[in-house]
Amino acid sequence: MRYLPLTPADRTEMLRVIGAESIDALFDDVPEAARLSGTIEGLPDHATELSVERHMTALARQNTVAGEVPFFLGAGAYRHHVPASVDHLIQRGEFLTAYTPYQPEIAQGTLQMLFEFQTQVARLLGTDVANASMYDGSTACWEAIGMARRITRRGKAILSSGLHPHYVSVAKTMAKYTGDVLETGTPTLSADTDLDALIAAIDDDTSCVVVQYPDILGRIADLQPLADACHAKKALLIAVVTEPVAMGALKSPGEMDADIVVGEGQSLGVGLQFGGPYVGLFGCKDKYVRQMPGRLCGETVDADGRRGFVLTLSTREQHIRREKATSNICTNSGLCALAFSIHMTLLGEAGLRRLAGLNHAGACHAADRLAQVPGVRLVTPRFFNEFTLDLGQEARPVVRALADRGVLAGVSLGRLYPGEDSLANGLVVAVTETTTPEDVEALATALEEVLA
Amino acid sequence: MRYFTEEHEWVEIDGAIGTVGITEYAQGQLGDIVFVDVPADGRTLAKGDEAAVVESVKAASDVYSPVSGTVLEGNSALADSPDLVNSDAEGEGWFFRITLSDEDELGELMDEAGYEAFVAKL
Amino acid sequence: MTINQSGWKPEMAVKGADAAAPTFTGNKALMLEEPLIFEIGSTETTGVDFAEGDVKHDRLGDLTRKAPIGLPGLSEPETVRHYTRLSRQNYAIDLGLFPLGSCTMKHNPRLNERMARLPGFADVHPLQPVDTVQGALGVINELAHWLITLTGMHGVAMSPKAGAHGELCGILCIKAALEARGEGHRKVVLVPESAHGTNPATAAFAGFTVEDIPATADGRVDTAALKARLGPDVAAVMITNPNTCGLFERDLKDISDAVHAAGAYVYCDGANFNAIVGRVRPGDLGVDAMHINLHKTFSTPHGGGGPGSGPVVLSEALSPFAPLPYTARTADGHVHLIEEERTEEFSNEHFGGKLDSFGRMTAFHGQMGMFTRALTYILSHGADGLKQVAEDAVLNANYVLRSLEDVLDAPFGSAGPCMHEALFSDSNLAEGFSTLDVAKGLIDEGFHPMTVYFPLVVHGAMLVEPTETESKAALDQFIGALRSVAERAKAGDASLKSAPHFAPRARLDETRAARKPVLVWKDAEPQAQAAE
Repeated sequence: MRYLPLTPADRTEMLRVIGAESIDALFDDVPEAARLSGTIEGLPDHATELSVERHMTALARQNTVAGEVPFFLGAGAYRHHVPASVDHLIQRGEFLTAYTPYQPEIAQGTLQMLFEFQTQVARLLGTDVANASMYDGSTACWEAIGMARRITRRGKAILSSGLHPHYVSVAKTMAKYTGDVLETGTPTLSADTDLDALIAAIDDDTSCVVVQYPDILGRIADLQPLADACHAKKALLIAVVTEPVAMGALKSPGEMDADIVVGEGQSLGVGLQFGGPYVGLFGCKDKYVRQMPGRLCGETVDADGRRGFVLTLSTREQHIRREKATSNICTNSGLCALAFSIHMTLLGEAGLRRLAGLNHAGACHAADRLAQVPGVRLVTPRFFNEFTLDLGQEARPVVRALADRGVLAGVSLGRLYPGEDSLANGLVVAVTETTTPEDVEALATALEEVLA
Repeated sequence: MRYFTEEHEWVEIDGAIGTVGITEYAQGQLGDIVFVDVPADGRTLAKGDEAAVVESVKAASDVYSPVSGTVLEGNSALADSPDLVNSDAEGEGWFFRITLSDEDELGELMDEAGYEAFVAKL
Repeated sequence: MTINQSGWKPEMAVKGADAAAPTFTGNKALMLEEPLIFEIGSTETTGVDFAEGDVKHDRLGDLTRKAPIGLPGLSEPETVRHYTRLSRQNYAIDLGLFPLGSCTMKHNPRLNERMARLPGFADVHPLQPVDTVQGALGVINELAHWLITLTGMHGVAMSPKAGAHGELCGILCIKAALEARGEGHRKVVLVPESAHGTNPATAAFAGFTVEDIPATADGRVDTAALKARLGPDVAAVMITNPNTCGLFERDLKDISDAVHAAGAYVYCDGANFNAIVGRVRPGDLGVDAMHINLHKTFSTPHGGGGPGSGPVVLSEALSPFAPLPYTARTADGHVHLIEEERTEEFSNEHFGGKLDSFGRMTAFHGQMGMFTRALTYILSHGADGLKQVAEDAVLNANYVLRSLEDVLDAPFGSAGPCMHEALFSDSNLAEGFSTLDVAKGLIDEGFHPMTVYFPLVVHGAMLVEPTETESKAALDQFIGALRSVAERAKAGDASLKSAPHFAPRARLDETRAARKPVLVWKDAEPQAQAAE
């Protein structure tokens, strides 16, 4: 077996050193009844690289590859072009096969990268500080709600109806067990966000308001009035960013005084990957840093006075605080954070702004073109790279029909909100730098045919 | 009069007011203190309640209130200088001041000699 | 107040006196210093070329980002050099034996990487119509099948993003099952004192009260004490098997039977499944839920701290409560993705007649990139290979244990063979020398240290997990190095106190980092201001 270096002679010699008669003797502590007799049911013996590759490739071929068709899906996961050097660098064995940097003398590569990542994320989101990443955006969102509870000692969170329904679902799951009260709502198929309603709902029991920016339909709104309203009641504003590229064009939530900003970082460096692994972004104001969940990397010096980096404030974490930890999380998404950070370094501020501009311009063009299709109405007048169309008929079957024609048209609101008839006609369309004018034309043409 | 607990807190009594901190022995066990979370003014504590948290690099420890009462103030100097706990645990490094609600509880605590004997056995 | 019992002492963070590098650059030949991107990049520089195009069209209203963001860019060659230089300051499995107990740092097969990058898996959106992702759902379903088969369990929740997330998933299943039975009043979770810190953290998060169960002198759960504590208020017992001392919990089946008889559930921390895969099925031991760290047993890369993946296998009693979404294959070969809808349609045949999912744990379907790698790993090893994995992992650990027990104290060494980890303590080092000094000394020998100060039940613990992907020659070199360092620590060699001497950095000042945390780069003040 190519992955197991011991030879039969090695095993014999090692058993002799140990003083055991056989391998089975080393498993003496396993009661007879617990031992698996015979082999693993149905699993063939070890296989060559070539044969495994054939099996996996056959499975891969059954999928429609986003890059091979006109493709318009977003809703929390976006297809961007990732420069070739990103994947090359994250496959360096010293990054790929390293552990969590608990021995800082021989992990400065990972630690310095995390320090750079934290700074990039904080600047992107407009927060004072950021952590070394979370599992993904949805879990980061829930962790932010828990953090607001710890800071305010209040248990009611108000979730905007524009928050991704799967993020809401994750929060609902967790709240069942922590006792947090969540106020949630369903969006309307209109240009109006629920900001005014959120402001009206804040009271003295409110720990936080959670708002997505841009929201699930692609809408954008100034968060400053909402932040002011939160702070007037000593509640926190949590902003959720599922498309970090938007931060190259849009004022950041931190600039609008959000207290905690979380996000999904998948757009930069990571790719679609059918939903994971992704990378959760988590930033906040300085004064809340000790209530922040997740790993943190900090600057210090070594015994010779040279600058170095270490994991710090770890007393917040589960391995020390056990049942009193800020969270039960004990990993971050290190390699995805590295991919994010490399992509961001390649872009730089100038590149990020240019990339965001291209995304926005492409989306504006697509929105105009698709709104010309008979029966189609553009719901969202202001947006970044994702907008919502009202198709005038149920969108979900339309998406399926378009897939049959080789166009992946977007995410139907029927998929995201099953059973919500008022949203069934909605289609959320994302456009990035990978979308060509020909793709838009293919979608428009196919849509005309299907809707007719 | 100063009293001690088996959890290594001390409380100095002045009339109905107690000043609470951790002992010199405790700070030595913890090593470099990096953060202290003191209780908010007005918080009501029962004897034995978790009142504060003290953190070193590798450990976070709860500090329990040696007496019942209402918190008068936390030591705000510890926010910027947690090292006061290391340099002067039983003086400048105090954690909080509390108005006692039951002075009879003091009888359950050790005096200085009693605590010294207790530590000597550890 | 409570005081740290681990054996770590603050004076171990010794301030050494190694002279800084005597070269102009600060470099030492191949050991290269590298500045931060904020010190070498510029916000005007970009390493990406873009298509020409109109970007004027503006529907952002008054929300345009005008203020500088402060994100430096580098050209591609500078970027490649920056990260390549950083990478060389890391230790990694690719460089040598990485004996971190409980973490299972074994070789990461590169075929797994290639398979995860097939466009059919890597370039697929989680919300594509299910007809267009049958192969991706097929991978999830196939891996689910093997995880169930290997563990002898009934069902599996695939979506948890890491071990701790999986642990939470399992505990939430238990909580949901208790509530469905009308026994939500059971509030106590029993956790052995040797457990991973995540166990109590998870139980507490889910609203349970945690009570410790003591260990016996031979490093196992005190079965009698555990049974005595069972009662109508106990919801679950969380046990690690093999446990964190590297020993098999012989009584687990007996414990499970008692726990079930008392109306509670058994959660097994599967962090150490590597030692028994292919030889023991946790389902046969009465386990109700167990997370599997795909990044341990099935060797998906650790990546410097994630991403992990933590599917949870479930007993028949807990399967109905598994989180959304999940997959189900019907007789026609079609793989269905069950989200918030269609749960009725797919409840009966697949989930024992009742389905009452507690909801989502994450936005999408879990760590697909890890599923492809883990499935590739399982198929590559096959039935014979997986069994050999457990056998060689246990053989290697026992070889380390017996080769070093004359020089290092092995607290449970006389109790019989260990499983996949060899546990030592600091009890026979010279006065003033500790586990930390041994660990830092190993760094100078070119090895990553073992896990230190864990498990907490052993003073100055050193937990060595060599894994099955080490050759005998590699083990012999490691044993020689650890023996040498241990002998220096026993002889009181002062140079060990300031080790490492040959690493990119000497011991780092963690107190300074924690007292005044510097978590982000701050640009230097402009000259004019600084001069004032």
